[in-house]
Amino acid sequence: MSQSATGVGASVRRKEDLRFITGKGQYTDDINLKDQAYAYFLRSPHAHAKIKSINTAKAAKMPGVAGIFTGQDIADSKLGGLICGWMIHSKDGSAMKAGPHPVLAQGKVRYVGDHVAVIIADTKEQAKAAAAAVQVSYEDLPHVVDASKAMKSKAQIHDVAPDNRVFNWGLGNEESTAAAFKNAAHVTTLNIVNNRLIPNAMEPRAAIGAYDSGTEGYTLYTTSQNPHVARLVISAFHGLAPEHKLRVIAPDVGGGFGSKIFIYAEEVVCVWASKHVGRPVKWTAERTESFLSDAHGRDHHTKAELAVDANGKITGLRVHTIASMGAYLSTFASCVPTYLYATLLSGQYNIPNVYAEVDAVYTNTSPVDAYRGAGRPEATYVVERLVETAARELKLDPAEFRRKNFVTQFPHQTPVIMTYDAGDYGAALDKALQINDYKNFAARKAESAKHGKLRGIGFSAYIEACGIAPSAAVGSLGAGVGLWESAEVRVNPVGSVEILTGSHSHGQGHETTFAQLVSEKLGVDINNVSIVHGDTDKVQFGMGTYGSRSGAVGMHALSKALDRVEAKAKKVAAHCMEASENDIEFKNGTFTVKGTDKKMAFGEVALQAYIAHKPGFEPGLKESAFHDPANFVFPAGVHICEVEVDPETGHTEVAAYTCVDDFGNLINPMIVEGQVQGGIAQGIGQALLEGCSYDDDSGQLLTGSYMDYAMPRARNMPAVENFKLGFTCTPCPTNPMGMKGCGEAGAIGSPPAVINAITNAIGVREIAMPATPLTVWQAMQASGAKKAAE
Amino acid sequence: MENFNYHRPATVAAAVAALKKSKDGKFLAGGHTLIPTMKQGLAAPKDVVDLTAIKGFSGIKVSKTAVTIKAGTTHQEVATSKEIKKAIPALAEMAGKIGGVHVRHRGTIGGSIANNDPAADYPSACMGLGATIETNKRKIEADKFFTGMFETALKKDEVITAVHFPIPKKASHQKFPNPASRYAMVGVFLSQNAKGQVRVGVTGAAPCVFRAKDIEAALAKEFSAKAAAGTKVAAKGLLSDMHASADYRAHLISVLAGRAVAAA
Ligand SMILES: Cc1cc2nc3c(=O)[nH]c(=O)nc-3n(C[C@H](O)[C@H](O)[C@H](O)COP(=O)(O)OP(=O)(O)OC[C@H]3O[C@@H](n4cnc5c(N)ncnc54)[C@H](O)[C@@H]3O)c2cc1C
Repeated sequence: MSQSATGVGASVRRKEDLRFITGKGQYTDDINLKDQAYAYFLRSPHAHAKIKSINTAKAAKMPGVAGIFTGQDIADSKLGGLICGWMIHSKDGSAMKAGPHPVLAQGKVRYVGDHVAVIIADTKEQAKAAAAAVQVSYEDLPHVVDASKAMKSKAQIHDVAPDNRVFNWGLGNEESTAAAFKNAAHVTTLNIVNNRLIPNAMEPRAAIGAYDSGTEGYTLYTTSQNPHVARLVISAFHGLAPEHKLRVIAPDVGGGFGSKIFIYAEEVVCVWASKHVGRPVKWTAERTESFLSDAHGRDHHTKAELAVDANGKITGLRVHTIASMGAYLSTFASCVPTYLYATLLSGQYNIPNVYAEVDAVYTNTSPVDAYRGAGRPEATYVVERLVETAARELKLDPAEFRRKNFVTQFPHQTPVIMTYDAGDYGAALDKALQINDYKNFAARKAESAKHGKLRGIGFSAYIEACGIAPSAAVGSLGAGVGLWESAEVRVNPVGSVEILTGSHSHGQGHETTFAQLVSEKLGVDINNVSIVHGDTDKVQFGMGTYGSRSGAVGMHALSKALDRVEAKAKKVAAHCMEASENDIEFKNGTFTVKGTDKKMAFGEVALQAYIAHKPGFEPGLKESAFHDPANFVFPAGVHICEVEVDPETGHTEVAAYTCVDDFGNLINPMIVEGQVQGGIAQGIGQALLEGCSYDDDSGQLLTGSYMDYAMPRARNMPAVENFKLGFTCTPCPTNPMGMKGCGEAGAIGSPPAVINAITNAIGVREIAMPATPLTVWQAMQASGAKKAAE
Repeated sequence: MENFNYHRPATVAAAVAALKKSKDGKFLAGGHTLIPTMKQGLAAPKDVVDLTAIKGFSGIKVSKTAVTIKAGTTHQEVATSKEIKKAIPALAEMAGKIGGVHVRHRGTIGGSIANNDPAADYPSACMGLGATIETNKRKIEADKFFTGMFETALKKDEVITAVHFPIPKKASHQKFPNPASRYAMVGVFLSQNAKGQVRVGVTGAAPCVFRAKDIEAALAKEFSAKAAAGTKVAAKGLLSDMHASADYRAHLISVLAGRAVAAA
């Protein structure tokens, strides 16, 4: 790593923040096209109902209305439905049962918030007013919102799935795992619900579709984490326009957390409708619509078991999970409870036998898909709750029980596909114990007791697989696309540099970190580097940002392209300095000729490349590269949470938090810390506050606003002086920069640490997330009652 | 939001006249309850009569025996008032716990008590301190003002002009916020006056603010935290929702009353 103030490893302040915090970002809703009309979506008030009729006659005559479209119009124009891009096969070999997912409901609505019609008018208010005049007659059908009841429900959500089951999938060795449990000295069993979450990006989803009758092409501005994938899907599956006639632009995007990976009905409808009404069509979600219709996360119901032998070695882990898919299969829904979940069930541990069985089910709820961590938080929660509980039951120190079972030899092949490439789990544990001052926990507990508080401590030793890529590997597991990344480096004649990347920044700080890599490699000031992303007309192709892949995959494409620029620039420099190419050296932005005092600055070489007055080389300085790594990357680390519970009210405070991560080499430690802190905030949110709830009886979303859906606030975080981060480093061997991903780890590792701390504090075995004051109080009441009865 | 006519009268009389003329009018103060309900389509008044331009509609006056807060006074003004902090510190603290900073700069005492949200904070202070609510027509004791969920003794064309709070010997406000909305899941405003009379106003726990008479009785006998916390409150009639069961709310009332005595 360089010593440069703006190179790799420097905590450079984020270049983009001045723009964002002074309100100069350009988000989709900030964009207004000439003559644009506004779309409003009429949504289903029912969880499950037949649409008997839709009468738009009165609404069509309302002021300002430019067009009203229903599922019939979509069917008439043969616009394709939304797809799920990852094929899962059941244990019996059958393909997953994907029901139709029209962009506007056809004959039936399947969740509260399902799209029934779109009303397009001169103003948003007119569209909304007209929507109120659309008469829809529904016939209620039985519904089910609770995934654990879906397979036994009278509700029949999709004809293709008679028991509402999308697939019954398995991974691992069922028999050997059963044998491990038979021979176990101790078995720990837990029934675990991984609570359903609503993403709540700060910027709601938005889209503008625009048809140009001159070029017969469409433009879509949209809040997307992966505009090229959106273009591919809208072209290939919706059949709206060939890719070269569809430009997708994802400008500044205000947070995604996964929810903006997917292709949604609203954006497809806006593009489609723009041709029908002959005007650009704009839609911006109201916050209520975000709650109702953004793809939700988690919602796993799991029976989890851990087998331990007489020596305290874990010999087996087994889960049966019911995963809610919601009413339709969203873009990547099927891979979340399967290949992003069960493949991580070995945790950081040497577990010889693992078996996972997963039933994915339809429910009459918003679709469920990837949300920060996607499958890996669910796996980590299962493993780390089991391990902690087993340690307590065996009266072993939870840290030492973990250490005893850590994987220590690398590469390590788990029984569930993954090959861990590198790590030092013991080192992270040591560092975490030291930062946390574990040996003095008893004193802190006594101090809390003096103030009438119950203090508890909980661990979580997470591992995750990210940098989501190897195209061949994901392809063999059912992915419809490859997951490489691309980059292009355009050096301007003045020596400034434009980077075009297929990665997409929606909070991650790419404008800074990608520029740091350029600064490191070409010696160019980061202020002379601009990052271009999120426009399919500018960037040739890319797979976008999710699964902590922009560093580990996207930056390596950039690194490769920068190497090619350097090679080409050396050729130019050699011609200009009349030297042999082999004698050109490049360091700190200067080309020199070995053994002479001849030199040229990078900018001079760039200029010469373009004016091309010296013969002998192809003019220009522009290179591109695609990068497809050999493996996932495996960040891992240890979280230690200490809570204080008020025994009278059940209120929980996070009193102290320690997190030690191994992300390999870091580009910008400050940004990495921010990612970890934000991830932990989301994890604390899941553990203590956030819980999406649908009413069993009515199927209505009960947590449809911030009045009832509790988001984490600054006050829910530990005080700064008690919120401690640390890092260890085992460089990733499968990428040249030795990087792992850091975007999701905080949200993956934290929920079990918090819950393990609460169960420790109040002396119960299980507690549901979110552990609200009510939940904790009730758990204390129940255990108190039990203790009293004993 | 539906279109409406906006009025901005300069006197109470003009405001009342404007409202009377309208088939379906509403007073507007800070707008931090009315505007959100209009945005959600839960209210669609044809006329909105803004009270905030009325002269002398806001302000704080403290005498030897009472704190008078004019209806248009914002929560922030109450929370930061030096006089109130001296006379009834618990009242200023209570105002400082309402919503977030934006809400406190807009929301008013008049709007809060006229709205009588079951989880609002001011109603508990009115009950817990034995306030008198003054309108353009009359003076109403707190005990008779809050009549039900979002319901008060106010007539349609009645404007709250001020609230008078007798200064107690000691008082305390204890709020256990809803984790999502941060309105009171249970809030207890307790006071003891010079004569030793105790009042315990409870908000958030029931459809309407009420006095915890059992706790008041226990404290009349013995003014101690133990006496308050040890008095069991019946769960019957209390609210039950996903955030708190009636049992839990009943339990919190005793806990918070105990803490209020300790802090008063
Ligand atoms: C995000 C948020 C958080 C909040 N948190 C809390 C909280 O923690 N605790 C809490 O107590 N409140 C909370 N509130 C409510 C806030 O205190 C409101 O401001 C208050 O309840 C209403 O006051 P207002 O002046 O805004 O009234 P408005 O919204 O203007 O009016 C409310 C109602 O009162 C009527 N009205 C107003 N003034 C008068 C008057 N002088 N005479 C007769 N009728 C009148 C109006 O016609 C209307 O029906 C919160 C609000 C928001 C938006």
